[in-house]
Amino acid sequence: MDAQSITTKERLAIPRQEMPSQNPEVRSHNFQEVNLGYTAELAQQEALRCLQCKDPACIKGCPVNIKIDQFIKFIAEGNFLGAARKIKEDNVLPAVCGRVCPQEDQCEKTCILTKKYKSVAIGNLERFAADYERETGNVELPAVQPSTGKKVAVIGSGPAGLSCANDLVQLGHAVTVFEALHELGGVLMYGIPQFRLPKEIVQAEIEGMKKLGVVFIPNAVAGRSVTVDELLEEEQFDAVFIGVGAGLPWFMGIPGENLLGVYSANEFLTRVNLMKSYQFPDNDTPVFNCTGKNVAVFGGGNTAMDAVRTAKRLGAEHAYIVYRRSEAEMPARIEEVHHAREEGIEFLMLMNPLEFIGNEAQWLTGAKCLRMELGEPDDSGRRRPVPIKDSEFILPIDTAIISIGNGSNPLIKQTTPDIEVSKRDTIVVDINTMATSKDNVYAGGDIVTGGATVILAMGAGRTAAAAIHEKLMRKKEH
Amino acid sequence: MHKIVSAIFLAENIKKIEIEAPRIAKKRKAGQFVMIRVSETGERIPLTIAGSDPDKGTITLIVQGMGKSTRELNSKEAGDSIHDIVGPLGEPSHIEKFGTAVSIGGGLGAAIAYPTAVALKEGGNYVITINGARSKELVILEEEMKAVSDEAYITTDDGSYGFHGFVTQKLQELIDSGKAIDYVLAIGPIPMMRAIAEVTRPYKIKTMVSLNPIMVDGTGMCGGCRVSVDNQIKFACVDGPEFDAHLVDFKNLSDRNKMYLPEERQSAEAFTHKCNLLKQA
Repeated sequence: MDAQSITTKERLAIPRQEMPSQNPEVRSHNFQEVNLGYTAELAQQEALRCLQCKDPACIKGCPVNIKIDQFIKFIAEGNFLGAARKIKEDNVLPAVCGRVCPQEDQCEKTCILTKKYKSVAIGNLERFAADYERETGNVELPAVQPSTGKKVAVIGSGPAGLSCANDLVQLGHAVTVFEALHELGGVLMYGIPQFRLPKEIVQAEIEGMKKLGVVFIPNAVAGRSVTVDELLEEEQFDAVFIGVGAGLPWFMGIPGENLLGVYSANEFLTRVNLMKSYQFPDNDTPVFNCTGKNVAVFGGGNTAMDAVRTAKRLGAEHAYIVYRRSEAEMPARIEEVHHAREEGIEFLMLMNPLEFIGNEAQWLTGAKCLRMELGEPDDSGRRRPVPIKDSEFILPIDTAIISIGNGSNPLIKQTTPDIEVSKRDTIVVDINTMATSKDNVYAGGDIVTGGATVILAMGAGRTAAAAIHEKLMRKKEH
Repeated sequence: MHKIVSAIFLAENIKKIEIEAPRIAKKRKAGQFVMIRVSETGERIPLTIAGSDPDKGTITLIVQGMGKSTRELNSKEAGDSIHDIVGPLGEPSHIEKFGTAVSIGGGLGAAIAYPTAVALKEGGNYVITINGARSKELVILEEEMKAVSDEAYITTDDGSYGFHGFVTQKLQELIDSGKAIDYVLAIGPIPMMRAIAEVTRPYKIKTMVSLNPIMVDGTGMCGGCRVSVDNQIKFACVDGPEFDAHLVDFKNLSDRNKMYLPEERQSAEAFTHKCNLLKQA
């Protein structure tokens, strides 16, 4: 079968090609990537399943509207580099998004095949094309427009900041990215684990941007090292984009949360991913020694899955997800839940922690929990968990990791009071331009939406870049 | 990379290190800190800024070699570099005209109490400093403290210099002598800060302490540095590091700081071993 002569019937007869992955027994003891990626044969087979719809619904399901039908056609024809470049017209970080996007809620959800068959594995194909381009040394630097003489500051080097910077530099603006941590990449570095997103991929993308002329300044905390006003006035940037991500982790507000052995997911993951504490003592930063211990992660999102699978890899005997609703309500991607279960993660559903219990030395020994059942739907449309009377029990655990989301970082608000924020302290923007209430200041990503996805943040970065470009060029003409 | 401009020992194991960090030097205020990472594989550790020279573009840290990271930092000389510095972080010390303000530094705490004493003086206060150490050889910044103080006291635990006793006893003596004290800032080991809080509590003297919990990022992202203040969770890195001494749960802070004792010991021993090998070579 080839891409030219294949009939629709033949396309429909091809089963969805499964992503090869490391054996669960093996991978639950290492930090190497779980998914191994399609071979060229698997990719072409999968690409042939795409019906090449006249009006592809998948594109509308993608937050950055990648020309999905076109790149898949290229793959089917064996033109893998063509596919990669087609994706890059709309997505700066395809190797990242192919790995971490919730495709089942976006492009693959709207795929025409979803109803009767399984959707085309768009994410797997995106990843394949991007990896092929990078691994064969064929990454081409995009053309950069002549210098506009304009300077833009981007605060934060996570998905929002990187995509904004990438577009602006190509349009000929001088872009400086300020990053609070010592490593570039934001949540892609400190948050998402190596086994789901190898750090080398993120670093390769950033190196590419450096070659285009983006200047990166690590160890610069917005609001502390430099304020938005200083960037605009003293350092004479023509515009500022704020993509600082989510901020302070929430705790549950139950007794015992300050016991030793209780972490936020942010702390646990930062220690392991950014500070590489899984290589202690070769790296100086320690993390709780999970070997043979019981670790419980409270929450049901992707971060919770990352944390619990990390704990398992650090040697936990029992690694639990404790969630107060049922599995159907968990916000984590299906693939992550599936992988976690394969790796031996134990899911304790409909269970609500009431209190953490510690010993004399104030080390955590257990969590007092209450069993729940599902009641009527709440505001979010999910069925509300209701406590079952007299169902309290103590779950013996040595470490608790709290993964119930983040509030907003207060530093921008404190130091730039003329940027309007919502009741939740997220920055208020015009969603068509990502412009804030302050002139020449734009924002996007989790600082605007609250905790969301990599691809949404990237979309916001791109929207802002287009609006910033438009405004700066309009000013220039005057 | 940040170059070390000068590095001199002030006392045994306590080193004054001046480092190039122009942005931080320009912005920092009393009470703020930096996170530093000595080497590529190093931890991120918080250190309060002892002073700065905005014209030279340098900041000064005063470091006591305790665990691996601080000992590694103290092994550096002028001309060496450290990998990362980020700051200034934390809320600056709250400065106003309180009236009579007492700035108390215990041991290395003097290095942190000093810049705030300077700021209190500039804020128009009558400044009393109490600089405590175990013994005479460990007293640091004596001349500097004297220069900014209306009254300067030294205390030593063993009586080898100044007042024989603890900083708490000296403070109690001042209160007993009828001196009207409006504000106390105490910085030092946790037991000292806790004891100072108990001295001032009956008199309702506003008392602040600078807390030193374990931190990772120092920007509010991880919550590792959370402390219990008035039974609420506060993040020392963004809400502090200074808090009302009468509301801090010192026991919890002290417990939480022990979380990685075995690992800290392991790293410190490995570092000692490495140093010994280097000496032999």
